[in-house]
Amino acid sequence: MTHLKPVNRKAVRIEEATSADVVALQRTGLPLLPHFPIGCSLVFSPGWEADRTGGTAGLCQPVERDLFDCHIGCYWPAQVPDQLNHAPDWTAKCAAAQKDWRKIDLVFP
Amino acid sequence: MTTWGAREHHRFEAAGKPFVYLVPSAAIFELDGAADAVLRTLSTRPHTRDELTAALGDVDTTVADLARVQAIAEVHAPPLASPKVIPLAPFPLTTMVLNVTNQCNLSCTYCYEYGEDKIVDTENGRQPKFMSEETARQSVDFMLREAGSNPTAHVTFFGGETLLNFPVLKKTIAYARERAREVGKEVDFSLTTNATLLKPEIIEFLADNNVGVTISIDGPREVQDKFRVFNNGAGSYDIVAPKIKELLKRHRTRPIGARVTLTSANMDVTRIFRHLTEDIGFWEVGFAPVTTSPTRAHAIGEAGYDRMLSQFTELAGEFLEYSVANRHHGFSNIKETLEELHKGVSKAFPCGAGLGLLGVATDGDVALCHRFAGSDAHKLGTVRDGIDRNAQHAFLQQHHIANKTDCSVCWARPLCSGGCYHEAHTRYGDTAHANLHYCEWIRGWTDVCLHVYGELSVRNPAFLAQFDREMEGERVS
Repeated sequence: MTHLKPVNRKAVRIEEATSADVVALQRTGLPLLPHFPIGCSLVFSPGWEADRTGGTAGLCQPVERDLFDCHIGCYWPAQVPDQLNHAPDWTAKCAAAQKDWRKIDLVFP
Repeated sequence: MTTWGAREHHRFEAAGKPFVYLVPSAAIFELDGAADAVLRTLSTRPHTRDELTAALGDVDTTVADLARVQAIAEVHAPPLASPKVIPLAPFPLTTMVLNVTNQCNLSCTYCYEYGEDKIVDTENGRQPKFMSEETARQSVDFMLREAGSNPTAHVTFFGGETLLNFPVLKKTIAYARERAREVGKEVDFSLTTNATLLKPEIIEFLADNNVGVTISIDGPREVQDKFRVFNNGAGSYDIVAPKIKELLKRHRTRPIGARVTLTSANMDVTRIFRHLTEDIGFWEVGFAPVTTSPTRAHAIGEAGYDRMLSQFTELAGEFLEYSVANRHHGFSNIKETLEELHKGVSKAFPCGAGLGLLGVATDGDVALCHRFAGSDAHKLGTVRDGIDRNAQHAFLQQHHIANKTDCSVCWARPLCSGGCYHEAHTRYGDTAHANLHYCEWIRGWTDVCLHVYGELSVRNPAFLAQFDREMEGERVS
């Protein structure tokens, strides 16, 4: 903070509490509130930790395809390849999601 | 387009700089020129970013800083929720006020305990006039049980006139010391007295046992003798003054304070302060307006509160200059408020009554505080059966600041929280009522204290560091 100087102890605590530089699911506008993850974000789900660009600004945003995890445990009508007929090997190179999730590539019809 | 508006705050100036006190967080920030300009502009009405930029130039970083601490917010953002959280039981007991007697050898005409506004019939009521040794011992056991994990428990002996029951007081201290040692705690003792019964043996005992002493005294002879009289109407000044001097001379283990009751007829704060500190020699002096229904002649009216504020302001200014020079100044009212400001206290309840502080009546009934001791309507258990958790919970539910609609728009509520339950009970017949008759006074006084706090933060920040230690037991008056 450059324009305000905390004076009492509560002000110092507020400055500390609001000084985190990374806020998950960045929201536009202020104030920045802490984000409490819910649902599928509590487990490792490729696509939550990083967005399609490798950054964190667009987590869980619909992009060209949905996220790997969306089609298994989520209510989301996921747009993922048809693993029964069209792309049975879609996840073949993904032995461990934590490590290999980037190998789950786009599939074009 | 984002439209920004100011959130609840109180702006003040000190040492030539602008400051802001935020509500309800109770945080204090010093503002630079840009932040001050934005906050003042938004205080008039909400502005869009473009309007702000047009008026003040590039304000984006300033707006971000102010928004970060919730001094401003988007106008459509929901107001800050102050959740109604009731402290979990069992809440540790910090201070127990033991009313060792409900009798008094003075007949102060304004007294809340015996005067026209009394709650408990101490003359013909069912309570014994003196607390028995056994009840006092049970109270000590109760306190040590309820102190939870607190390493120190505070016992304040109160009355009536406390020293009328000196024998029990003496034995209670010995018993409490012994029991505390057994359970690995410390006990801190203090008492309030009118000083009429002080004598060398008692003074000796208090000094040797490190008992904190607060003397109820109103000031110079003609002031003291106006209300603080014996049964026959004779004033008490000439009796108490030499005894107090003797006490101050002998009792050097703890600072000794005076507690002054201000009435409509007794408002010369500065003169009283000088007399009690310089002529008598008290280390500190605290003032409290008399608690009474508004119809009594000694009740303080609106003009009285204004007069009190201007004199408090004068003493506060003096306190500031002394503190900048690292000299002691005995105006205790301001010190307590500065400590709360420094910590950023934002209260859900005006005081610790019914929480960390409880009063015990002569028969062992536990009440909200000493002022309600013996009242069935304000009973929260007994020392034998413990705290009535249902009654306590119901009390806290009913008296939370969230219930005080009147206070919801006041910037001083983090400190005041509606004010004294007993005052409200006397004025409005309802402990849950906000004390609306002194709102202006509270806001005025809080503003003065904020000013002093801001000055000290610039001119002698080391002085404020003394408040970083942990909060001690509550003051009792």
